[in-house]
Formats: sequence, C-alpha cells, structure tokens
Amino acid sequence: MAAKEHVQDPAEAALLQRTPAVIAPGHTFESVTDSIAGVVLTKRTTLGWFFGFALAFSLLMLLNLTIGKLLMEGIGIWGNNVPVGWAFDIINFVWWIGIGHAGTLISAILLLFRQQWRTSINRFAEAMTLFAVACAAMFPLLHTGRPWLAVYWLFPYPNSMGLWPQFRSPLIWDVFAVSTYGTVSALFWFTGLVPDMATLRDKATSPVAKRIFGMVALGWRGSARHWQRYEMAYLLLAGISTPLVLSVHSVVSFDFAVSVLPGWHATIFPPYFVAGAIYSGFAMVMTLAIPLRKFYGLEDFITMRHIHNMTKVMLATGMIVAYGYANEAFFAWYSANPYEGYMMLNRMTGPYAFFYWSLIAINAAMIQLFWFRSVRDNIPLLFVLSLLVNVGMWLERFIIIVTSLHRDFLPSSWDMYAPTRWDFAMFAGTIGLFFSLFFLFVRFVPAIAIFEMRTIVPEAKLKEHHG
Amino acid sequence: MNQSNDIEALRARLDGTRGREYWRSLEAVAETPEFKEFLHREFPSNASEWLDPVGRRSFLKLMGASLSLAGVSACTRQPIEEIVPYVRQPEELVPGKPLFYATAMPFAGSALGLLVESHEGRPTKIEGNPDHPSSRGATDIYAQAAILGLYDPDRSQTTTNLGEIKPFSAFVEAARAVVSGQGSKQGGGLRILSETVASPTLAAQIEALLKRFPAAKWVQWEPVGRHNAREGSRLAFGEYVEPQYAIEKADVILSLDSDFMCAGPAGVRHSRAFASRRRAETGTARNRLYAVESTPTNTGTRADHRLPLKPSEIDGFARALAAQLGVEGVTAGTVSDAARKWLGPLAKDLQGARGRGVVIVGEGQPAAVHAIGHAINAALGNVGETVTYTQTPEAAPSDQRAGLRELVGEMNAGKVDFLLVLGGNPVYTAPSDLQFGAALHKVKLRAHVGLYEDETAALCQWHIPEAHFLEMWGDARSDDGTVTIVQPLIAPLYNGKSLVEVMAAFSEAGARAGYDLVREHWAAQTGLSTEAVAPAPAPQPAATAPGAPAAPAGVAAAPSQPLSPFDREWRRWLHDGLVPNTAFAPKPVTLQAGFAKAAAPAGQGLEVVFRPDPSVYDGRFANNGWLQELPKALTKLTWDNAALIAPATADRLGLFKGEADEAFASKAPVVELKKGDRTLRVPVWLVPGQAPDTLTLHLGYGRERAGRTGTGTGFNVNVLRTWDSQDVVNGVELVATGDTYQLASTQDHWSLEGRNLVRVATAAEFAADPGFADKRELVADRALTMYKSDWKYEGYAWGMAIDQNVCNGCNACVVACQAENNVPVVGKSQVLNGREMHWLRVDRYFTGELDNPDTYHQPMPCQQCEGAPCEVVCPVAATTHSDEGLNDMVYNRCVGTRYCSNNCPYKVRRFNFLLYQDFDTPSLKLMRNPDVTVRSRGVMEKCTYCVQRINQARVTAKLDDRQIRDGEVVTACQAACPTDAIVFGNINDPESRVAKLKKSPLNYALLAELNTRPRTTYMAVVRNPNVELEPPSASHAEGEEGH
Amino acid sequence: MSHETTTPTLHGLMAEFDNPTALVEATNRARLQGYRQMDAYSPIPIEELNDALGLRRTRLPRLVLLGGMLGGLGGFSLEYWASTIAYPFNIGGRPLNSWPQFIPVTFETTVLGAALSCFIGMWALNKLPMPYHPVFNVPAFERASSDRFFLCIEATDPQFDPQTTRAFLEGLHPVGVSDVEP
Repeated sequence: MAAKEHVQDPAEAALLQRTPAVIAPGHTFESVTDSIAGVVLTKRTTLGWFFGFALAFSLLMLLNLTIGKLLMEGIGIWGNNVPVGWAFDIINFVWWIGIGHAGTLISAILLLFRQQWRTSINRFAEAMTLFAVACAAMFPLLHTGRPWLAVYWLFPYPNSMGLWPQFRSPLIWDVFAVSTYGTVSALFWFTGLVPDMATLRDKATSPVAKRIFGMVALGWRGSARHWQRYEMAYLLLAGISTPLVLSVHSVVSFDFAVSVLPGWHATIFPPYFVAGAIYSGFAMVMTLAIPLRKFYGLEDFITMRHIHNMTKVMLATGMIVAYGYANEAFFAWYSANPYEGYMMLNRMTGPYAFFYWSLIAINAAMIQLFWFRSVRDNIPLLFVLSLLVNVGMWLERFIIIVTSLHRDFLPSSWDMYAPTRWDFAMFAGTIGLFFSLFFLFVRFVPAIAIFEMRTIVPEAKLKEHHG
Repeated sequence: MNQSNDIEALRARLDGTRGREYWRSLEAVAETPEFKEFLHREFPSNASEWLDPVGRRSFLKLMGASLSLAGVSACTRQPIEEIVPYVRQPEELVPGKPLFYATAMPFAGSALGLLVESHEGRPTKIEGNPDHPSSRGATDIYAQAAILGLYDPDRSQTTTNLGEIKPFSAFVEAARAVVSGQGSKQGGGLRILSETVASPTLAAQIEALLKRFPAAKWVQWEPVGRHNAREGSRLAFGEYVEPQYAIEKADVILSLDSDFMCAGPAGVRHSRAFASRRRAETGTARNRLYAVESTPTNTGTRADHRLPLKPSEIDGFARALAAQLGVEGVTAGTVSDAARKWLGPLAKDLQGARGRGVVIVGEGQPAAVHAIGHAINAALGNVGETVTYTQTPEAAPSDQRAGLRELVGEMNAGKVDFLLVLGGNPVYTAPSDLQFGAALHKVKLRAHVGLYEDETAALCQWHIPEAHFLEMWGDARSDDGTVTIVQPLIAPLYNGKSLVEVMAAFSEAGARAGYDLVREHWAAQTGLSTEAVAPAPAPQPAATAPGAPAAPAGVAAAPSQPLSPFDREWRRWLHDGLVPNTAFAPKPVTLQAGFAKAAAPAGQGLEVVFRPDPSVYDGRFANNGWLQELPKALTKLTWDNAALIAPATADRLGLFKGEADEAFASKAPVVELKKGDRTLRVPVWLVPGQAPDTLTLHLGYGRERAGRTGTGTGFNVNVLRTWDSQDVVNGVELVATGDTYQLASTQDHWSLEGRNLVRVATAAEFAADPGFADKRELVADRALTMYKSDWKYEGYAWGMAIDQNVCNGCNACVVACQAENNVPVVGKSQVLNGREMHWLRVDRYFTGELDNPDTYHQPMPCQQCEGAPCEVVCPVAATTHSDEGLNDMVYNRCVGTRYCSNNCPYKVRRFNFLLYQDFDTPSLKLMRNPDVTVRSRGVMEKCTYCVQRINQARVTAKLDDRQIRDGEVVTACQAACPTDAIVFGNINDPESRVAKLKKSPLNYALLAELNTRPRTTYMAVVRNPNVELEPPSASHAEGEEGH
Repeated sequence: MSHETTTPTLHGLMAEFDNPTALVEATNRARLQGYRQMDAYSPIPIEELNDALGLRRTRLPRLVLLGGMLGGLGGFSLEYWASTIAYPFNIGGRPLNSWPQFIPVTFETTVLGAALSCFIGMWALNKLPMPYHPVFNVPAFERASSDRFFLCIEATDPQFDPQTTRAFLEGLHPVGVSDVEP
C-alpha cells in the first residue's frame, strides 16, 4: 500500500512540516529489518527483561491464588453487596476493554486514513489490545456467582431444557461484542504478523527457531499474487474492525445505559464511552511505547512524531470525555428529575466526592497540558501523565458504577461500598497477566511490523523510469 | 500450654464422632473459666487433678467420652425416624400435605394461641389461631421465631449432674431424696424459683407441693414482668387485677409510655384492635392516638400526636392531666412547657370521648402512674366500656421483685438447702446488686431446668433440658384468661422434660408423663369422668387444617371406640386450640383512697431507661439467629444493643461532630455510663424522637453462655440495673471514651430526601382533596412505553396492597417470611457489608423535625412489576414473568451476575455472596419448609409472593374444580400481620379485597414514574390530628415531602 | 511441448534484483517478451507488479460481503427463533420479538461473519499454508523476505527455454540469475 503512495524524503518532510519524521533518515531495507528482527533473534536476553518478567509473573501467580479462593468461597470475598452489586469486577472489566481499543483503532482507522505513522506502533498496539481483552474477558465470567455455569450458559447454546440465552440483556450483547472483538483483533494481528514471520524464518540461524517461525509463516514467500490479496484482506479487515471498535464500547456502555438507574440511564453513554476508550487506550500505548523505544533503542522508528500524534489524540478524546461529564451534570439539572439531581449532587458532595474531583482534575483539567508543545516534547513528563490518565479512566468507571449504585431510588437501601484486599489482588493480578504476556511478546515477536516499516524507507519509493 | 493441648486432643477425638454440633456447647463449657473454678468448688477431690497433668488428662478423657456419648445419643434420637413410622402410615397423613395443630406459646406469664404447620411430623411454620382471642390468626416475632428455637442445635441435650450425663431418673432420685430430707423441717430449706407461671396445671402442682411443705417457698421472677402494672392495680383497687382494654371501641387513646401494640402477647390483640379503626377502609371512624413516651415505640410511631418526655416527667404529666380532668386524690405535678401546651386540648379530647376513650400506662412507669391511669379511666367513665378489670392470667400474682430480694437474702443466709430453678436464667437477669450468682453458691443443692446450658445452668449441679413448648404437653392462659392446652408437634428432640413433668418428680405420685398430668388436672377441673379413656394421646388438627381430624404424627390414628365424656371435651379443646368459657369475667373494682401518694423519684441528670430488647427480649431469645438478625423497628440495628440517645442530646454531649446523618453509618462512638461504682461501656445510637437527656438501654445482650449464636453479642446492661432501679436509673454520668464500635444497621439512611415514597395527609386534607396521593406522582402519563406490550393477564392476576396507615413496624412479617421461605441468617459481619438476606424488609423513615419526627413504616417485599427491570437484564432468563403476573426467580438457572439486583429500583433482591445456608446441621434440615427451594451459593433470590402457597391453593381448588377463592391464598407476611396491613389476592376479581383496596383513592404505586407497573401498591397515610394541637396548613403537608 | 519434456528437472529461472524499481521494470520487460508463467517476489507489496504480471482483481471483497450477510442474517434469525418460537417467555412485559434489543447481537455477528470469511478466504485463495515451494531451493531467496527482489519465469511457460530465457534475464542487469530446482 504505502509503497505506491508518494513518500517524500522523511528528513525534508520533517523540515517542511515542523513535525519530526515517522522514521529517522538514513534507513534501508536491511537496516530496518535487522534492527527490528534483531530484538527477537538475538541470543542473549537482557537482565532487565528477566527482572520485569519476574515481577509481572509473580503478580500473575497472585491472580491464580485469587481466582482459586474466589472459586472456593464465592465472590463474597470481594466487597460487593446490595445495592452495590457491581464494583471492582466491572470497573476493571470496562477499564481493560477500554484500553483494548487503541490497538485496533490505530491499525484499522489510521490505516483507512492512510496515516503512515501508525506503522511503527500498530503491531504492539494490537498485541496490547489482545492482552487487554484477555484481562477484561476474565471479569464478566469470574464476577458471576456460578462461573462454571456462566461459562456456557452465556453463549448461544441451549441448555438441557432447550432454554436459550435472553437476548434482550446487555450482558449477552457484551458476550457477543467482546468475543467478536477478541476474535477479529486476533485475526487482524496474525495476518499482519505472517510476512514478518517469514522474515524471521529466513533470518533465524538456529534450526529450531527456523522451524517454529517457518510454521507460523505458513510458507509465505512474498509472491506478488499473494501480496495483492493480502493487501486487499488487510484493507477489508481494517474496514470491518473500524465499526467493530466503535460498537464494542457502545455495547459495554449499554450495560449501564439500558438500566433504569440514575447515573446509568443516559443517552450520552455510547459516544462518551467510546471516546474514553480511545483516550485510555492511547494512554496505555504511550505508557508502553516510551519504555519500549528506550530499552530496545527503537527511537528511530517510534519517533517524536508518534509521541506528538498520540498526545494530540489523547487531548481530543479527553476533551470529548470531559464534555461527557459536563453533559451528565447538565442533564441532571435540566431534566429536573430528583433522582438524577441527587445522583449528581451525591457524586460531587457525597462520600465518594474525593474520587469524583480527582477524576475531573485528571480527565478534564490535567489533559489541557497537552496543548503545550513543551509538554509534548517532555518524554518523562508524558510518561507520568499517561499513567495518570490510566488512573483517571479507572476512577471514571469507579464513579459511574459505585456512586450510581450505592444511592439509588429508595433511601432505605442506600449503603456504602468498600473493596477488600481480594478486590485489589484480582486487579493487580490482571495487570500481572497483561505484562507477562507483553514481556513474552516483545521477546519473541517483532514489536514493530517490519514489512510495513520497509514500505516507508526511501528505497521503497519507485524511481521515475521512461519506457 | 499443655492443658489447652489436652483440650485440642479432646476436640480432635470428638471431631470424628457423629453429632458434632451437640457436644460443642458442652466442650465450650469445659473451656470457660467459670466452669474450671466451678470444678474446683464442686470437687475438692478433683481440684488437685487440674494441677497434675496426668490426672487432668484422665479427667478430660472421662469427660470427652461422656461428651461424645452426648453427641451420639442425640443422633440416635433423630425424630424423623422416631415419629413418622411410615410402616403403618397414619391415614390422614398425606405426604407433602401439611397438617395444622392448635397449641399455644407460653410467654412471660401469658400465652398466644397458635396453629402450627406440620410437614410429615415436622413443625415447620407457626401461624396464629384464628379462633383464639389473643391471636385472631396473627402472631408476633417471638411466636414466628419459635420454630428456630425448637430446632436450635445449641439447646441443652441431656440431664447432667456436675457436667456428667445422667438419666432423668437419677434426677428423680435426687428429687425424692431432697423431698424426704425436707420432711422434717416442713420444707423450710426448699425453694422454687420460676418465671411467671400462667399454666394452671403447673401452678396447681406447685401449690400442692407448698401444701405438703408449708415452710417451702415459691418465688416467681420476670426481669421485665408486669410488676408495676400489678402494683399499680393493687394501689388503685387493693388487689391484683388485669386491665383488659377494648381498644377497638376507643375513639381517643392516650398512651403514657406504653407500647401496648408490641409489648408482650397482648400486643397482637391490641394491634388488631387499633388497626380496626385506622385502615384505609375505615373511613371517617378513625381513632386518635396520643403518645407520651420517653423512648420511641412502635405504638408511638402510629400516634397522631407524640410527646417525648423524660421518664421522670411522665408522672408529673399524668398527675397534671388527672387534675385537669378533675380526678380526686391527685394534685397536679410540675410539667414542662411542651407538655403544658398539650394538657388542655388532650383533656378536652378525652372528655369529649367519655366512655369512648382510654388511657394506657406502660410497664416502665411506677405503680402510682398506673394507679392514676386507672383513676382517669374511671373518672372518664371508660371503665366497663373501653377498659374492664379481670383476675390476672398469671396463677399467683405477687410482688416478684420483693420476692426475689427476699430469696437472695435467704440464700445468702444459708437458709436454702435446695433451689429448683424452673426455667429462666436468674444468674443473668437478676438485678446486678443482688449478686444472685454469688448467693447461688451458698445453696447446698441447686437444679436448673431450662432450654439452654446457660449462665444459671453453669452454676447448678443439676441441669435438666427443658422441653420446648412445641415438644410438650401443657396448658397456658392468655392474658384474657382463655386457656389453651399446649400439645406437642413432635417428640422431644433432645429428651427434654416439661416443667410439669419436672414438678411431678417432687410429688408423692412421682414422675409421670406430661400428657397424663395435664389431663388429670383438667379432668379434675371439669369433673367429667374419664372412664373408657382412649389409649393413645391424640392431638387433633385444628379446624382450619386441610382434611378431617388427623392423628398426630407418628401415633396411631384416633381409636374409634366410644370416648369418655371428658375425652369428648378434651378432643374439642385440642382441636379448637382453646378451652371454651375460660376467658375471665369482668370483676367490679373500687378505687382505693391515696392511690397516688407515692410520687415517682424526681429525675436528675441523664436518665437511663431499661427496656426489653425488641428482638431478643430479656435475653431468652439471644441464641435465635432470626431474632438476632431482625432489624429492630426503630434503630434497624441487628446483633447488638446500644444506648439510644436523642440527636440533640448527643450533640450537646459532643458525641457526634458534624451532621447527625453521618452518625447513622456503622461506626458508633462508645461511651462509659457511670452510676456510683457501676460502669458500663456501650456504643450510642441516635434515635430521633428519643426524649432529651434520656438514654434507653435494651436488656438481653452480653450473654456469656447463650450458645454459638448469642454468646458475646451486644452489651450486658444489667451492670447498671440495680434492684431499686429496674425501670429507670437517674443521674447517670456519661463519659465519651473516644473509641468507636461497629454497629450493624440495615438502614443507614432515614430521611426521604424529599421523595414521594411515603404520601401522607391529615384527615382534613384528605377530605378536601381525596386524590392527594396521585397528585404527588412525578410523571403524569405512566403509560409511556417503547412498545405497546401485548401481555394480557386473564385468569388470576396476583397483587398486594399494603396499608401504611396501620403498619406499626412490629416485624412479625419479616420473621414469618424468613421462616416460610428458608431465608438464611448471615451474621453480623455480612450485615455490616449490606448482605442481609431478608426477602421482606420494613423501611423506616423519619420526617418532620429531628427531635420529634413522624415515623413511617413501609414493608418492602418484591413489587412484582409487570414491566420488571430485573427480567430484561438477566442474560440467562433466570427471572421471568409468569402468566399470573408473578416475577418468578429460577434459582437453578441463575448464574449470579447481580445485574437484576442493580437494576431493581426497590432493591428487594438478595444475593448469596457466600454459602449462607447451613447444609450440615441435622436439626436445621428438619426445620426447613419442604415447599421452598433451599438456595445455595452464588444465586439471586427474592420474594415470590409465597408462590408455594398459591400453588397449594391451586391444587385444592382444582381438586374440587373451582376458582381459588378470595382470601384462600394468604402469604406468610399477610398471615402473621397483627394489623392486617398486608392484603393479597387476585386483582382480576373485582370482588376481592385487594382489588377493592386498589380502587381506593389512597392507593399509589411506588416509583410509578419508572413505568415498572408494580403489582404491590401502598395506601397513603391519613393522619387524624387534633386541630387544636396541630392547626391546618400544618408543617406535615411538606413533612412527608421530606425536609 | 518439447523442451518441457527435455527439462523436467527445472521449475524455472529466477533473477535477483536489489530494488523494487528494477523488479517492476524487469517484469514489464518479461511481459513484453511474451512471458506469462512468471511470478515476482518482494519483501514489500508493490502494486505496480499487479499490472506488470497482468493480475485480475481478487474475488475477496464479494466473499466478505457474503460472509457478513450470512452472519447478520444468522444472528438475527437465531435471536428471533430462540425468543419467539423455541422458548417464548414473558420478559419484563416486553414483546416476544423485541427487535430493537436484538440489533446489537445482529451487528456483532455480521462483523464476525465478514471477518472470518475475509481471513479464511484470503489464505485459501493464496493456497497457503504451503510448507514447500521450489523457489525456496534458491539460496539467495532467503533475502526475498528482507531486501532482495526476485522475478521467476517458470518452466511451464510456453516460451520458456533454459538458454534464451537465461540470456533474457541476464539482459535485465540483475544481481544474479539462478536455476530453480523443482
């Protein structure tokens, strides 16, 4: 694709538009291929990798422990109660699934928009998506009282009484949306991976690696006929994924919007959830990209241009989210509905007010910093801010879920919610799962799409020829 | 230490044995310090063993063996095998079809007539006996919870002597020895300490014994008996009489610190009587209730006018009122300004209703006030109209307080050789300054008969397990005198003996079966001959039971041979559940002079009021999980008691910084109450409407040996309760300790937040604007809907109407629901986490000013919405709608997403977060209602409108090929309700009572604006205030709107 | 024809180039020469090759459309059948066919159908996975996946002749020309 499109020399491009290039000057097919494939093919694994993986893995073990206890004793080990039937479980679910949106968005939407800066980040962004969805998918299942039944009763398959799922329930929509999303992202990711696997197959020196990469490469040989269909398939998948990405978080927002609760029953939810998802997704990409480019010396491929663009996307989506907050507050007042009104008042002044205001501080106030170029250039600061954005988006889900539930219609049933240590253990555990997978990914899979990078080196540009 | 090792070893050895739950309580005994020092005292010989390990080990082995035996023996007596021998199935006993037997629950010197539902010989549910005057079909929480009391695995299991298992016969021997030993000294060393006895047979037995031994003494003691009422009646009339109130006849009622609707078994009768003049259907014949009280009561919450006064001020108020009404012999006392404003209008109202008014004085008030109350009623010509006087239901009324003090004196003086404690737990309940426990050690031989191995049992050599009233033959008088023969529903689970049987051991005739003893007594009373007596005791199902009279579980069917004259009567008594014409006839009384001499002690400083706990009473129900977890009507506290205090007072004492509302969250400050050298550390709890500078302490908590459920819950307030101040302590000093204590309350939030949930108008406003309830709707057009629903409900359409005018929050419905639907108990920590499981809760809201608010009770079952939000969001169709409009819950399909609960605007759904049901304890298995699924971990559950009862009725109706009649299906909550506030039926049948109620202008649906179209609706409250005290345009118009 | 039989041991001849431009040029020239049975191999997709090799547009899009429609149809009919015919229920008073609430699932199944048919279709049309292929016998071909560009004229081409074809390829200034063992 990009090969045909007219790429001017990146260096001069950088001069023209005051933005840095998407790839540092002076790179050739070979240099690109070797420096990225090298990360995978190198024999020696860095100590840092081992350290990081060990840390993530120990958290993963904590997850196993928690799940074990959960299955033995029931979700009573968490802080959930009546009225707060959902808490950390669903907060974490929405948080993870939100993070999972950036990957597909980058690879699909930016592809459709011919944004070539996507090429160097889409691979690991998609991987991030897959891992985030894996973490997310865990919660809807484990938060049920009887997961061993939920496992198959939630899927469209009749039980022994010929009873089917209840398709009016947003939870069933969730099941379809999330599983579809997981599947399609995986296909998309794998498709993108095949040519690079061929590269690794051919570059690998150890016979074992050759065999393994060879199998995954499916015998890819770069034939023009294959490339033609491959490009078409990639484009189609992108086209399919784009509405999918938007639908998934809309469906997740239906879990709330379809209910009757003040604070949930709002038409603004789908757009504002999708924006929030992209926002948190980019924050997570940033959180991962900054250390990644540092430790693996990939600054040439993940350039300031990428950092800038991601920051700008976060700024834009963050503003939409902030608009969502304003909109909620406005309608609470404008609807003149006492329940809505109290809900908003309770968020702002109730027992959980602190979390509401820190949420506003991060997602509405803090992101205004992204307007400033000096901030966008300050990598360490951006890293911290991106972490804060993740925190902020987690808080948003906490506010939406807990403060709406804990005080609804009948004051008699109002109650407070407090998480237990198992709530935190479960959350930390999924973070462990996420990073364990990510560490394995950066070690054994090219974290940047090599063949797509090749398409943007100067050589890839066809010279004018006559006759 | 290796002593504890031994006990570990003992545990280990016993764990293997069957019936673990049986020895546990005993083993606990072995560990408690009391028991160890008790051993030292009791066996000087063995005392040394505790010092020498080998000896001690052997001793424990010995005990261990006996304990394990206890478990095993208990197991061999599984009643299920014993009482329903299907080898020869009793003809009327159809498996799956419950039988109902009439009996009565003896309680605090009175009794409540009951019908007990029995499944295959297992009593599973208690209803009121419609034919019984004390019940008229309704019950109170204690009767409802009695089922759990019966099957309580912690009940004492066997007769023990010094902790060793002994056969009952051994005790009989000992008893004989005592009796013969006392022969010489006329029984001078013989003392019997019982609770108030309302059983004619038992009383007769004791009298007989006293006749044989003139020097012996019988003392009755109730920690919260009707002492003041008795003394009051003697002050007024010179003899003990029982005032019988005909509240249904009264237009104006004044309650002086009296909770006549919920105190004791008479409460059931009074509630119904009061409600008969208050319900939505009543129309304009509404009565008017004035309540002057020191601490909010259920009765007070239904009052049209409520005046919080310190307990000491009520005496003054009564005198002032009496003076105002021109009662001779009473001089006006000093009254506060608030009270003075009342006197005029109140007196006028009472005078206006001569013969149609009544003044009722509460147990907590001194005798003089009771006397004044009687005098006022006399002066107003109410006597003979709304109040009559009869002899007391208790067989031998006496000054129990004096009696107990005298007894303790004799015990300390070593005059008592043998003390027989017939029920009760004096070591725990006696006023602390009497040091009853210490005095007990001075008695040479002491025996305790009781349901539990409690504090008293621990200090007696002999302990005899008492038979639960559902296990025994006996008799009891209810407060109007009506006698009921108590018949057993099941053979004693744990080999218990009834008090009658225990007393028999001391008679010449010796130990006999309770059945014979009771029959003999009544044969003698009626003088009918008992010739040709039927061989087997044959309890009869009550009239209302389905099917003809049936044989009792496990006993052969009634013999067909001719019955003796007495038996013919006897069978009818058993069948009807009462002995006809035993209700007392009114007796004329004449007011004595000088009844009002003794003025109550002037109050100073903080006044502390002692009241029986709304749930565990005087502590006798401490081990009953249903009652422990029952949210107390006004505080919504569970599992604890606390010092109730008015918000204003709390602020003045600086107990709560900041907004009072916050204080309702579960962290309560702990204070130290000091009176002389007695101190009590107790958390405080805010109660709007509590009298200023008045603390209320509930008895019955802080038990040390109640059982696994009750031990260690709450605080033992007896510490402050001395003999001369059993009702009120004056001048108590309060010191904030700065500590806090977690109190588990099921409703932290008590304001309506200006929402239209409870709709109230005064009678005048209602007359002016009958449609006021609808006008408070949030959305005019409720029919707004996305699709036109195509669901019609032909046939039955079940619905419920709840009349908030009469609900006084007595909680009977809540316990009834728990018993009927196998609702588990979750424990304090889970309640703290908002996980209580009650399918039906009673919401309590305060409106108006904090110091003296209006209080409303709103029973909240599942609303069975036609547009149920819960159903739409369930991913697996585990909750769906039946064609009769029930919101069904399919437990085995539920995966537990809890989305339904989140989406339920009424939050009536309950989730099994952990495994709350006890699937192991055998006796609890017997208890469960076989018609209702026992839910396990991870599923949602909720009120089903007692669908099992609907189906029972459907079967019966189908069999004789007809429609289900109105009133044929009665939900558990409806059946229990003393005020008849809950009406259930088929709303498609225009003639049904529920359909009529729903046509009432007062009828409104909760949160109708959500278009949930609930099948349960509520009747708006119509208050009937006195315009002189509350001019129209009253604050209440916005009162129930919230702030 | 005749030479085919004489040279059964050859899959074709392969010329190696070091930049895409050269490859495209070479391919065009070969086409002008009348070669048809040939294929180009490159580490990056080069659209110009499609015309150079005279490739037709792929059928993939129509496949995907079909898959999507089947998915959507299947999704909705499953919902409709399950909730109105197989096991009708009164759920919160909603109609049996609450079609607005069936839309989200229908959408998702549409996407799933499309995506699956796209993925499977693409690999199937490419006849991948194919573990063995003669071109891998050329040692230099290792670099086809990183920085070298190859044009392979296959022995099955009617004009193919080991000598002339080699000569022709040599004339394109490749980095090298090598036989492709079958």
